[in-house]
Formats: sequence, structure tokens, C-alpha cells
Amino acid sequence: MEIFEIVTYFVLLLLITTAVRVVTTSNVIHAAISLVFTLALTSVLFLLLSTEFVALVLVLVYIGAVIVLFLFGIMITRAPLGKNAELDNDKNKKLGAAIAGSIFFLFSYILVNGFDGEVVITSGSSTELLGEILLSRFVFPFELVSFILLAALIGGITLARKDEALIDEDQV
Amino acid sequence: MIVQPVLVVAAALFSLGIYGILVRRNAVMVLLSIELILNSVNINFIMFDTMLADAMMQGQIFTIFIITIAAAEVGIGLAIVLMLFRNRQTANINEFDLMKW
Repeated sequence: MEIFEIVTYFVLLLLITTAVRVVTTSNVIHAAISLVFTLALTSVLFLLLSTEFVALVLVLVYIGAVIVLFLFGIMITRAPLGKNAELDNDKNKKLGAAIAGSIFFLFSYILVNGFDGEVVITSGSSTELLGEILLSRFVFPFELVSFILLAALIGGITLARKDEALIDEDQV
Repeated sequence: MIVQPVLVVAAALFSLGIYGILVRRNAVMVLLSIELILNSVNINFIMFDTMLADAMMQGQIFTIFIITIAAAEVGIGLAIVLMLFRNRQTANINEFDLMKW
């Protein structure tokens, strides 16, 4: 087994471990930090598959912006920092584990049988070609997505800010 | 590189996300689990894109779009959670039963 495959299996193992921590830890901040590690390892996996632009976008957007937003959300909603036994709904645990386990076994059965012996041959850098395709063939969805981001921005501000008419009447 | 282990790990991330959505009580934690699911879909897209060696690179382009939409989704989702917290003084989803009957 060459070193490339050893690194890949190591990354996959760490990915599973951190993802399990995200959903099982009873500490809110630990869950968010574990998600950072999960995303960073996903980025490493993308680098191993030689899709470096997507890997960098993942780091910039997810770890740079989304996680910060999550930490703000955790602190603003005053979720009890530190260990919190109330975080999980214990009633649902067995049912959730059963549903998640059956989905996992169904998916892995289909995927392992359907892609038996398929091999990935990674080529070199593809960022230049990706940029050309993104701005020629896919330029319309690209612009559309920017409008969706603008709509989300305006919607988020409108939802989260306090209603001033209600503040004037002392109703908040 | 063999395809199957990566696909199985992606399936595992997906089912862990489902488990998190079903079990967690805090709304922010549910959003974290949704991020796990989106991440597993991204891994699948990149894996199949590299496996099929598509000349148009549609897997990578789709992944970039998914990441963008996920950022928008988190922004709106956290704004909604913030509104709920302001009105009900809690972020536990089992206490939001206003539309239940």
C-alpha cells in the first residue's frame, strides 16, 4: 500500500471520528469546533482528489464564515456553555439511531455493490478550466446564486432586527 | 484510489446528520447536523466528478453552488432561531409547538 492510500484512509477515519463527536457531544462549543475539524478534513480529502479550488472555497466559506455565524448563534441564544445534559432528547435516541443506522446500511450496501472495483485516477490542477467553465457555460446559475445570497442577506437582516414600531410602543 | 471507502464515509456522515436532526433538542445543533448532511453530499459530488472525469466539471460546479446555498441557508436559519429565541426565551425545538394541534 502506498503512502497516498494510507493518508486517505487516515483522513477518512478522522472524518468519521469528528463527525460522531459533532452529534454526540453534550457541549455546544465542542460540537461547533468538531464541525470545524470535519470540514477541514473534508477539504483535505478534496485536495487528495485534486479539486483544490473547491477545497479552498470550503475552507473560506464554511470555516471562515458559517462556523463564525454558528458561534454567534450559540452565544446569542444563550445556550448553556459547557456540559449540558438537556441538549439531547433522550426519548428519540433509540428511534434516531435505528433510522440513521438503517439509512447507513442501505446506502453503503448500494454504493459498495454498485461501484465495485471502480478506481479514481486523479489528474493535475483543474482550477483554470473550472473558472472558464463557470463563467461561460454556467454563468446564468452563477449570477442567479449571487441574487439568492443578496435575498438571504436582506431576509436575514429583516428577520433578526428588532421591530422599531413595537419598541416605540413598549411592546418588546 | 478506490472509490468505495470514500462513498461509505459519505453515507456515514449523512446518517450521522440524520441522527443529529432527530436527537438534538437545541435548534442551533439541528442546523449543525444539516451542515453535516450537506457536507456528505459535497463529498459524493466531488468523488463522482473525479471518478467520471467529466469535461464540463459539473460535479465541482454543483458543489460550489451547494456551498453558496448552504451559507444562505445558515444565515436565514439562524435569523429564524434568533426570532424564536426572542419571542419564547428558549431555543429548544420541542417547545415550539405553536402550529401543532
